Order: sequence, then structure tokens, then C-alpha cells
Amino acid sequence: MYKYTIKRILLMIPTLIGAGVLIFVLMRLIPGDICEIRLGGTGLAVDKDQIEICRENLGLNDSMPKQFFDFAVGVATLNFGDSMWTGRPVTEEIAVRFELTLQIAIMGTLAAVIIALPFGVISAIKQNTWIDYCIRLFSIAGIATPSFWLGIMVILGLLIATQHLFGEPWMMPITFTSIFADPVANLSQTIWPAVTIGYRYAAVVVRMTRSAMLEVLREDYVRTARAKGLFEKVIVNQHALKNALLPVITLIGIEFAFLIGGLVVTEQVFNLNGLGKLFVDAVLQHDFTLTQSMVMMVVAVFVLVNLLVDLLYAWVDPRIHYS
Amino acid sequence: MSVAGSIKDENTGPQPEALVRVDGLKMHFPVTEGLFMQRVVGLVKAVDGVSFTVGVGETLGLVGESGCGKTTVGRCILRLENPTAGDVIFDGNDVADMNMKEMIGLRQDVQVIFQDPFSSLNPRMKIGTIISEPLRVHGIIKDPQKRQERVAELLHICGLNPRFADRYPHEMSGGQRQRVGIARALSVNPKFIVCDEAVSALDVSIQAQIINLLEDLQAQFNFSYLFIAHDLSVVRHLCHRVAVMYLGKIVELADCDELFDNPQHPYTKALLSAVPVPDPAIEEARSHQVLEGEVPSPIDPPSGCVFHPRCPQATEACRRDIPTLQEFTPGHTLACPVVLGQQR
Repeated sequence: MYKYTIKRILLMIPTLIGAGVLIFVLMRLIPGDICEIRLGGTGLAVDKDQIEICRENLGLNDSMPKQFFDFAVGVATLNFGDSMWTGRPVTEEIAVRFELTLQIAIMGTLAAVIIALPFGVISAIKQNTWIDYCIRLFSIAGIATPSFWLGIMVILGLLIATQHLFGEPWMMPITFTSIFADPVANLSQTIWPAVTIGYRYAAVVVRMTRSAMLEVLREDYVRTARAKGLFEKVIVNQHALKNALLPVITLIGIEFAFLIGGLVVTEQVFNLNGLGKLFVDAVLQHDFTLTQSMVMMVVAVFVLVNLLVDLLYAWVDPRIHYS
Repeated sequence: MSVAGSIKDENTGPQPEALVRVDGLKMHFPVTEGLFMQRVVGLVKAVDGVSFTVGVGETLGLVGESGCGKTTVGRCILRLENPTAGDVIFDGNDVADMNMKEMIGLRQDVQVIFQDPFSSLNPRMKIGTIISEPLRVHGIIKDPQKRQERVAELLHICGLNPRFADRYPHEMSGGQRQRVGIARALSVNPKFIVCDEAVSALDVSIQAQIINLLEDLQAQFNFSYLFIAHDLSVVRHLCHRVAVMYLGKIVELADCDELFDNPQHPYTKALLSAVPVPDPAIEEARSHQVLEGEVPSPIDPPSGCVFHPRCPQATEACRRDIPTLQEFTPGHTLACPVVLGQQR
């Protein structure tokens, strides 16, 4: 098990190198660079010399191999350098936003699991009844609804509802406060985006739980459990659900990793200063150092979450052994 | 309650009183059509008017080709299905009318050994948990320590090393798993065990071991078996009486030797004729009676005698009249008026 974990962590290295080469090349294939954007953005005539100085300062005039070598050494020594746009250290830029994004990802996952597991199980047990139809409608709607639209509806709904109830509209706070500093202010801001992404997330997980449960409930060992004279509750919770969890865990893992760095539109709608927004800004501004570092981080998160999921498999399913 | 306590007497032969009486059992499954407004467009008559009894310490074989309703009969007795009509009387009580509380009692008296030892054990549970779970939920043995001892005892009875209790099903072979299935069925000290194709998924050598185990257990504890199978040689070896099913109905029921030596119903004859003889010379010489056509759909069974489209002896009356089981000789009943000489 330990050996396996170490092997998997070592396997991260080629994955990271591959992703690094890819993002390095892709970023440089986009026409224009950060200096042109920064100096040209003012709309005034641009001094060629100034652009040259800017490029020289940021190291953009170095040869490609040297630039890649610097990037690789930076990643290897965990010294990611400074953001080309703001000049602040990349780690600092990410750290400021990481707490918010991680919190929303965790809250969204929690909401999804709390809603999805019971719904999926009930839907499977009551297959083809009106309860099943309602849950399936709920989940299809969740998959079909774009999160940004749902986000806008949540905001609008909040404004209208508070207007009706209290006489004046209430808007969630825009600035982020740590949950440890002020839980109320923190939650009143983060709960809405978490619910918004949690709905779509839950919808996907409901469908997976339902289909996995339907399959397992037809297994012979569930019939064996019935013949033993167990209560239906025990059969469903202990015999069936445990066996149905494997694909559900996989899905939750993938979705969770996606939420770190993939929450671009929802963050825009809720005006959150998260990693998704930072990512998009970095790409738009041709901020090579920041973009590359963020890609490395997201890849690492994906690989680690997948490793965690695989380790969970072994815990959930005794047939799986890692050695 | 221990294993020893459940031994009734030394006499293991069939006894007159019936432990299980199945009377006019029907199990019809609706066939539905439509997306939202589901309407019933037909009925699969999986079991259509089956009656038989199983005595204490007796083994009744239930044979027939795939899809004839053998398994459904077993599942109705276990009440894994709710029968459409008819009675299943176990020990004087009607299984179909039982409430939750009585059902729990039934689960202790009637157990089942399933066909596939690979899929019928929960892959996430250790063998010890699988076997001890019925003991725990029925409150038969409340002390965990004693439960473990009982599991070890059951494993020993079924020819397994008690150490297997700490293993998972995937760590065992098919024969070992089937022994676990049997140990699990025995755990609650049942009176009646439904063996639903209990050996058909196993290798021949393992089959022999399991059959011997089933026989030994019957001799020891005086169980009754309903032995559902399609392997006729196994049935002949194990059963006291045999019922032959075709398309949801019993066509012939007789003592084992009588049925195999003196089959009367055309379907039974054809079925027995299909069993190969393990001697090439005899196999070459004997005449085979091969049935023509397919088994008709149980959604739309033939009129009259369901066997008439494939029957070499069918008459005009067979298309019209539904035959009933009647006595041919004492203890040998069949549902064929032609053979019984009641027509023309």
C-alpha cells in the first residue's frame, strides 16, 4: 500500500512534465505578449523601445530552451517566481484565492453528496414510480441548466425574496472573509455559489448512484440477503449501497478536482475572486509564469485526488489490493 | 439452539405428513407497455396451477427445461415473489398471507441455496459475517463470541476450514463458495431448504462433493429439500420423488425410480431420452425421441394441453381440453388423458 502510494506519487513527475511542456508551448503559440497588452492597452502610441525593455525585464527575450529550463527549475524547487502582470509572487496570488475556491469546492461536494446519495438510492428502490420520475426530472434539469444561469436566478431570487420579506433587498457580501474569522459573513457569501454548483454536481451524482444501485439491487447476493430475512433497510444500506459506491466515488473525485480551477463562470456571476477567475485573467493577459504555475497546480490536484480515490477503492472494496 | 438440537430422529426416509403443501400455485407476471401510462398488455404465466407436497425429510426434485417456471415455484415458496393465486402451506401456515413478523419466522424455517456461488455472496463481506448475519438479525445467538463458534461449527459441517471465516468470497473457489452458501442456509436451523439449481454452476467433481454433502446433511438433520434442477442424473441420485414441469405446469409426478424407469407422459419420455448414456455402444443403438419445435411463449401458451403442439401423441381433444393431474398408479400422477386412456 505504501509502496503503491509512493509509486503513484513518483508517476506524477512524468505527468507534470507532459503538462508543463504542453502549456509552455501553447502559451507561446498565442500571438502577442504581455508587454504589448500592457503598454498597448492604453490606446496611446506605443514606444517600441519600451516594449523591448519590458520584454528584457520579464525574460521574454531569452531563448525558448532557457525559458523552459527556468520554468522547470522553478517548479522543481517550488519557486514559481512572480506574476508577470502584478509582480507579486505567484504563490501569494494563488494563496489569496485558494481558501475561497477550496471552501466552495468542499461545500459544493458536501451539498452534492448529502442530496445525491439518498435521492439516488430512493430513486433506484422506487424505480418507475412517481418519486423516481420526480428525482429523475430534478437531476436531468440540474444537468441541463447552465450554472451561470442558475447563479443569476439565485441572485435575482434572493433580491426579490428579501425585498418582499424585509422591505429592502439584501445582497450577499462581495469581499471574502475567512470562515475562521467570521463564519456568518463567510457563509452568507459562499453558501450561494456552493448551492449553485452543488445542484449540478448533485444531479450528476444522483444519476450515477441510481444506475449503480439499480445494477446492484438485481445482484444475486441482494436476493440472498432477502432470503436471510433481513430488513429492507439493512439490505439497501449495508448490502447494496456499499457495492454501488465505487463508481460514485470516482465521479465525486473527478468533479471535486474540476471545481479547483474550473469554476470560472460561477465565480464571475457571484463576483468571487477565486482561482477560476485568476486563471482566465492570467491567460488573457499572457501572464506566462502565473498560467504555467496554475496549470501545474491543477494537474497536481487532479493527480492527487485520483490517487486518493484509488486508495479509497481499496478501503471500500476488499477485492482491490495494491501492492 | 445448536445443530445437535435440531436432529429429529434417526429415520431419514420420506414420512407421511407434508411439511410443505403447494396448492394451485399461480404466478403471473404482467407485461407492460407505454412510457408514462403503463398498461398491461399480457401476462407471463410463469407458474400456472402447480400442486405438490413435500414431506418431512423428503427430497422432491423439480425438473424441466429452462423457462418452465421451476425457479419461480421455489421463489414463491420462499416468498421472494408474491404468488398471483394458490396456496403455499408451510407447517400448517399459509406463506402468502404472512405478515412481517410471521415472515421472519418463515425465514428461519425455509432457506435457499442459490445456483451461482459467485454472485450470491456479497463481495464486500467476510465469510464469517455472511454466515453469522442471519444468526444476528434473527436474534438466534446474541453473544458475538458464541456466534463465531457457531460459524466455525457450520463451516466445519460443510467441510471447510473454520479459518475461512476471515476470508472474502473472492478468495475462494466455486466449490468452497457453494459450501459457504450451504453453511449460510444451515445457520438458522431450517426445516426446509430450496436448492435452486444448487449444483448446476459447478464442475462435475465438485457437484458430486456438494451432492454428497447435501445428502449427509439430510441424513443428519432430517431436512426436506425442494431440489430444482435440469440435470436429470443428479435428480435421480438425490431425490425421493420427482415432478416434471412444462410451461408452468406439472405434467408428471412420481417416485424417483418409477419416473425414470417407467415414464408415461410424452414430455417426460422425451426429456429422459435426451439424457446421454455414458456408453457409446448403447448410446448408438438406442432410439432418441427428439421433440420438434420450440417451447411456446408463456405469454401466449397453446390452448388445451400446453404440450400438444410438440406432442407426438396429440389428438384433437388435446387442443381443447386442459388436462389435470390424475393418478396413473398409486404415487404416480400425470396430466395426459391420452396415456391414461380416457380419450376415445
